[in-house]
Amino acid sequence: MITFENVNKTYPNGTTAALDVSFTVPAGSTVALLGPSGAGKTTLLRMVNRLVDPDSGRITVGDRDISQINPVTLRRSIGYVLQEGGLLPHKRVLDNVALVARLNGASKADARERAQRMLTLVGLDAELGSRFPHQLSGGQQQRVGVARALVGEADVMLMDEPFGAVDPMIRRELQAQTRRLQSELGKTVLLVTHDVDEAFSLADQIVVLRTGGSVAQYATPEELLTNPADDFVADLLGLSDGARDLHVVDRGGRALVTDGSGRFIGRVRA
Amino acid sequence: MDLLREALVWLADGGNWAGPTGITARLGEHLMVTAIVVALACLLAMPIGVWAGHRGRGGDLIVGIAGAARALPTLGLLTLAALALGIGLVAPVVALVVLAIPPVLNAAYSGIATVQPSVTGAARAVGMSSRQVLAQVQLPLATPVLLGGVRSATLQVIATATLAAYTSNTGLGRYIFAGLKANDYPLLIAGSLLVVVVALVVDALFAVAQRFSVRHR
Repeated sequence: MITFENVNKTYPNGTTAALDVSFTVPAGSTVALLGPSGAGKTTLLRMVNRLVDPDSGRITVGDRDISQINPVTLRRSIGYVLQEGGLLPHKRVLDNVALVARLNGASKADARERAQRMLTLVGLDAELGSRFPHQLSGGQQQRVGVARALVGEADVMLMDEPFGAVDPMIRRELQAQTRRLQSELGKTVLLVTHDVDEAFSLADQIVVLRTGGSVAQYATPEELLTNPADDFVADLLGLSDGARDLHVVDRGGRALVTDGSGRFIGRVRA
Repeated sequence: MDLLREALVWLADGGNWAGPTGITARLGEHLMVTAIVVALACLLAMPIGVWAGHRGRGGDLIVGIAGAARALPTLGLLTLAALALGIGLVAPVVALVVLAIPPVLNAAYSGIATVQPSVTGAARAVGMSSRQVLAQVQLPLATPVLLGGVRSATLQVIATATLAAYTSNTGLGRYIFAGLKANDYPLLIAGSLLVVVVALVVDALFAVAQRFSVRHR
């Protein structure tokens, strides 16, 4: 479980990245931080493993106040999937993954064996382990990033725009895999995204943030669609301009579904 | 062209290579002085540059010091050092170390400081300590740049170590000074040629080492 209690952060240049932020990520569930750029999403994420310290307020991970935990120790106990993979360019793929297991005290042989298992788990061929990151596609690098976050067997995982840099088809595939892994492994996940579809696709609950770092609404996707708190939330979700509206149209006795711009995207099953 | 031919004839004479003042011995001295000087410069400048690069501060100071040290005329410095320290090898070593420090210091600082922040940030984010980031990420990635600094320091020292013969009976500079004094231009040219060849060979070795030190791409 991760909790934020009245967390504030203003950078020295005057930018407010967090304004009285409170929310809870229940154990085993996925929460997305969703908002426009400048809403402090990444800052909130980076506070969880103390890459950024809040000015005030309290953050707990698994009931422990993280301000009392040594940052390096804390980071080793949390899986982190970075934007665009964040792999070390001079280490082979397998070593990139094994490194995190090594940091947690695994022997060299054990770390490599676990790293190999994680690569298989995220759907990568064993032979890719001996390549360097730049020899992999963006999607493959992202999978390695996920394997690296899993190898430490941390209960808590942070994901920072994990699939933002890959093309839409690969992104959907990676999102599906993440959901599958999540249903098997039951991690507590905090995820940053500016993509409404990604938030809906992965998260049990969504923290909608507005520019200036305050929480506009914290709710399930279902609640957000039913009762957006205000115009900002409705606009961000695409509820105001009809972008997220689906329409049912009749075509020769078949009920088809069109999206906000009138394109056919599916059919209604009776 | 006659002078050059005479120089080559002198070099080809096996008798000139043997003995305690032969080419082999002088070459050995020259390389030894170079190695000592570069090692001292690295010992002094590398830790400072690497530390500043790792902390991401002190860069302006480093660039300033390196620039100022670069502006010092080595011959003048050598004369001063010789006046203070007397005849012998210590004065030229001191002057040459001052010459070798700026390229090493600059390369150490910029090599570490220019490792992509996204890479060091990622290393920190997954739980590497500051020391681990330095040892396992910054140093390996900066190695080609560090080697480049040592390379340019070494070449400058090889060329300038001829000055060691100004205050001591050491190195390939002996032939140049002796040739100057006796108006023996073939000897002077032979000495210069030897320095040029040594510089080219050492540079080629560094080029190979640098290529092998690139860990990716």
